[in-house]
Amino acid sequence: MTAAMPVIEAKKLGLTFETGDGQVHALSNVDLTINTGEFVSFIGPSGCGKTTFLRVIADLEQPTSGTITVNGMTPQQAREQRAYGYVFQAAGLFPWRTIERNVALPLEIMGYSKQEIAERIGRTLDLVNLKGFEKKYPWQLSGGMQQRASIARALAFDADLLLMDEPFGALDEIVRDHLNEQLLKLWARTEKTIGFVTHSIPEAVYLSTKIVVMSPRPGRVTDVIESDLPRERPLDIRESPEFLAIAARVRDGLRAGHSYED
Amino acid sequence: MTDRLRDKIWPVTVILMGILAAWYVGSYSMNAPFQRDLDRRAGETPSFSEFVVKTMSQPKPTLPAPHQVAQNFFENTFLRKVTSSRSLVYHAGITLSSTLAGFAIGTVLGILIAVGIVHVTALDRSLMPWIITSQTIPILALAPMIIVVLAAVGITGLLPKALISTYLSFFPVAVGMVKGLRSPDVLHLDLMRTYNASRWETFWKLRLPASVPFLFASMKVAVAASLVGAIVGELPTGAIAGIGAKLLNGSYYSQTIDMFSALVAGSIVAALLVAAVGIVGKIVERNMGGRAA
Repeated sequence: MTAAMPVIEAKKLGLTFETGDGQVHALSNVDLTINTGEFVSFIGPSGCGKTTFLRVIADLEQPTSGTITVNGMTPQQAREQRAYGYVFQAAGLFPWRTIERNVALPLEIMGYSKQEIAERIGRTLDLVNLKGFEKKYPWQLSGGMQQRASIARALAFDADLLLMDEPFGALDEIVRDHLNEQLLKLWARTEKTIGFVTHSIPEAVYLSTKIVVMSPRPGRVTDVIESDLPRERPLDIRESPEFLAIAARVRDGLRAGHSYED
Repeated sequence: MTDRLRDKIWPVTVILMGILAAWYVGSYSMNAPFQRDLDRRAGETPSFSEFVVKTMSQPKPTLPAPHQVAQNFFENTFLRKVTSSRSLVYHAGITLSSTLAGFAIGTVLGILIAVGIVHVTALDRSLMPWIITSQTIPILALAPMIIVVLAAVGITGLLPKALISTYLSFFPVAVGMVKGLRSPDVLHLDLMRTYNASRWETFWKLRLPASVPFLFASMKVAVAASLVGAIVGELPTGAIAGIGAKLLNGSYYSQTIDMFSALVAGSIVAALLVAAVGIVGKIVERNMGGRAA
């Protein structure tokens, strides 16, 4: 577990969108390594390319320069081997499927047996504390519960890499705190590598072992902060001096990379 | 219950009364000249109220009064054997069978066309203009040609009529299903991509279920269009049975009351068909986890 094998390795990665108004440099010269078992947060203002970077890892966007490997393969190969689970900003559950059928969706596509599907549904719903909601339809659940169901869906097929794109962005602070706590426990239990996009400084510092600070125009990495907080993190760690020191560094990084024109 | 009375039943009743009143006024004023003629020739001078009653009891009125139509409809629906050629149930049954056959073929054809359009770029570019053009040709001009051409190759009876229904009903289904199959959000499509799902799986597990509400909405339009197609199909065929044949016969012999009750029968069949599609749609949506409306 301690062997730091790179899961993601990006070298001089660039992505330029051609739009009607000319080129948009979504990513420019991104060098980054993510090792097995790390919890890496990407933080930065809108347009800094944090979501784009996650989508490049997932082979949902194609880079225009540089190289990136996922588990030593191209993102496309990694996607074809179902190397990662992706959690989107919105839960994106299929409204015509019950919660358990939603969790079963990737398993059906990946050809698991009926028995295995049933067993995995039980296990993953347990993991996100949704036992007893198997037969409910998405609209019968609160936003936080829906997002937990979508995390269960991403965990169901046991990919070692979990990519999360502002999964709690639309939720209120109290629910968000609760889910952050649960996510940390889940990470400790499953020992997955997690890539997590957010624009909340406390969330990034609370969750991560590594914080990647990004800034826009062009989208680039301005700072990579290794957190020395212990892995066991109660919610009140957020008032500790160590926590505040890291948060201050993140804030400085964000400010340095961003010129606020007023 | 009183809410239902106030919100639904009362407004509908008011409109219905208004229509009936206008209908009676119209039937009086349209039948009056002929009645005046009759009375003058017979040398009668009826009072106004007698005259009004007379305008509404002619055997072949220009515009039959509602109660004449109602009486005719009642007699020909409930008092005759359903096998009798004077029974409206018999004629409605004939029309209904070709409506349903045409509707079934049209729905399947519409879905197939939509699937092709959504999945094959070449079809998307080439097929849509032709589909739209097909609907700009008046069905009345086309129907006799379809009947004649099919009769020439030996196909007669139910199928030619059904094909005219198909011609009208595939269009709303095709257009609705193209929209429905394209309705999934980018997020859902991205999700399927992260699972490395095949096109077939994406179609079967995402596009098709997402299109169901669109399918039923367009099937409601299609089933009504099918009925129109079946009736139109009966006009040029010299058909002796069906709502269309009944309408045509009525117009040959100036049986206006018969024509009107055939029209009523036609619209009742249409309402029942649309309602049936709606109920099936509700049941399907409930089984797909829709909120109870």
